[in-house]
Amino acid sequence: MILPVNLKIMKIHLLSRKRQTIVAMLGVTFGIGMFILMMSFMKGMNDFFEDIMLSVTPDIRIYNDYKTDYSSSITKQFLGQQQNNWIVVRHPRPKQINLNLKNAPGIIEDLKKHNDVQVVSPLVSAQVLFNYGPVQLATILDGVDIREEDRLFGLSDKMASGRPEALLTANNGILLGYKLAGKLNVTTGDMVTATAPSGAQLRFRVVGMFKFGIATMDEYKAYVSITSMQQLLGKSRDYITDIRLKLKDMDEAAALAPALAKKYGYKAEDWETVNASVKAGNLIRDTFTYVLSFTLLLIAGFGIYNIMNMVIIGKMKDIAILKAEGFARKDIIQIFLSQSLVIGLIGAMAGLLLGFVLSYALSKVPWPEDEFIVIKHFPVNFDTLYYVVGMIFGLLTTGLAGLLPALKASRVDPVAILRG
Amino acid sequence: MQQEVLKAEKLNKYFYEPATTQVLYDISLSIGEGEFVSIMGKSGCGKSTLLYLLSTLDTSYEGTVDITGVRVTGLNENDLAGFRNEHIGFVFQFHYLLPEFTVLENVMLPALKLGKLNREAIEQHAMDRLRQMDMHEHAKKLSGKLSGGQQQRVAIARALINNPRIIMADEPTGNLDSANTAIVFSIFNQLVQEGNTIIAVTHDHDFARKSTRILQMADGRLTL
Repeated sequence: MILPVNLKIMKIHLLSRKRQTIVAMLGVTFGIGMFILMMSFMKGMNDFFEDIMLSVTPDIRIYNDYKTDYSSSITKQFLGQQQNNWIVVRHPRPKQINLNLKNAPGIIEDLKKHNDVQVVSPLVSAQVLFNYGPVQLATILDGVDIREEDRLFGLSDKMASGRPEALLTANNGILLGYKLAGKLNVTTGDMVTATAPSGAQLRFRVVGMFKFGIATMDEYKAYVSITSMQQLLGKSRDYITDIRLKLKDMDEAAALAPALAKKYGYKAEDWETVNASVKAGNLIRDTFTYVLSFTLLLIAGFGIYNIMNMVIIGKMKDIAILKAEGFARKDIIQIFLSQSLVIGLIGAMAGLLLGFVLSYALSKVPWPEDEFIVIKHFPVNFDTLYYVVGMIFGLLTTGLAGLLPALKASRVDPVAILRG
Repeated sequence: MQQEVLKAEKLNKYFYEPATTQVLYDISLSIGEGEFVSIMGKSGCGKSTLLYLLSTLDTSYEGTVDITGVRVTGLNENDLAGFRNEHIGFVFQFHYLLPEFTVLENVMLPALKLGKLNREAIEQHAMDRLRQMDMHEHAKKLSGKLSGGQQQRVAIARALINNPRIIMADEPTGNLDSANTAIVFSIFNQLVQEGNTIIAVTHDHDFARKSTRILQMADGRLTL
């Protein structure tokens, strides 16, 4: 029965100074609203960057990283083995390195049986040159099993023209990034000539063009079949440079990669390691947003603190008489703290609404035309977590801001006031 | 033998600011049920200080106070608040109504705090008290809109709402014109006749003359 009386007093106090109450609420509303807007937008950006990153990064990539192991050297054969001489070789160079994975077919078979692995896509990759008149365009040419590559990166969804499967049917077909095709002034059906680092050349027919929305892919990447690539490089049929994996759960990648590296004796990189900079960017944006939002809420908190302090100074007599009537300290705290909390609660709810409306509006704003980023609207993430966090933030700051004045009110000495 | 409502023994009180000064010296008194006691004396003789000690609002003193057989000396703040709520009614020189509340709400608040009756019963009771003060027509007005005399009558109604064992009044007519003073007089008379126990601090000899006992104070001592 105690609560209703105190809350009734609280309500009458709040309603008797509507303007102050509304101003205090607006402070909280804007603070929370901006928090929601910024979090939604920043998270939208993070998601967007992560999507782009993941669209070209396999969960795990296994490849042969050349090792600078100079423990054995041919110098001994030239200079003869002499017991008491030191031979110092400065700037040693490796004689011959094959960057392929030995026993690649065996590894692939093994990986396909692995429980966590969803897609295994082998790759033969090399830098090649495309001739366009006198101009030579350097490009990464990937020889892939196009079906697996499609499952890995969803290539079918990113075709500007043609289909990925055309690589299987066409004799020496090639898929070009749409920008590369533009530079070479070719389109589907035209022929292009690729020159390998060794000088070998091979003519391909363009069977499709893809558009990832990332400059490095669209301008500097082309796909051919594995056999075409092996032929261009003059390598045998089991020459594979990389194996890329898609896992059933991508969060397992960081744990699984070292195990695979150890098992096969090659380097295995997970997507998180490769894209550490993107992760760092996300962290920076998150931190920035939290700091700014916290500042906004702090300002709103100071506003409430100020207003409640003024209210209490103006209500010294009322507090004294309430105490004389039999309201205890905890009642006085309740009466004044609940005022702050109600301001916080209503302000925060209005803030969540404001934040939602603003983020929704932002998600409908067209992104400025950009050649490199394929995105139509501002990216916004409507994660309910931020609404929960916003609510908690709002109640916490207003609660703290209201607590000090309420405690001060509870310490009013009624005798000093009532004696006049 | 009439029942003892309030008993104080050897009350000593000091002020520590700006320098330590003793303001009450060994005051002992006993007040029985239905008594109307006036405390009189010059300004600064300590009569208001004594009243606030007896009323439990001031807890920093030496000696003991018992009200309705309960030793209130040494009780904590929350217990004292509850005790005041149930057993003591206050009337002050400056009526001290809560200005944002209606007259009726002001009267009802202590009873709502006590929470022994439901809201309807409390409202009924409060209206009866207001009618007794001839203030029932103003029940729905904001208390800030009333005149001083009207406010004091509401304050008395508020003091009575929980049927307290003692009514403590600090200069209840000190801030009123003669017409309103007369009205408050007659109300106090009526209260005494109804058997209420009243302790009032006053300057007003006419007022004191109505009381059953007058306690004279000088320099912090009861002089009788």
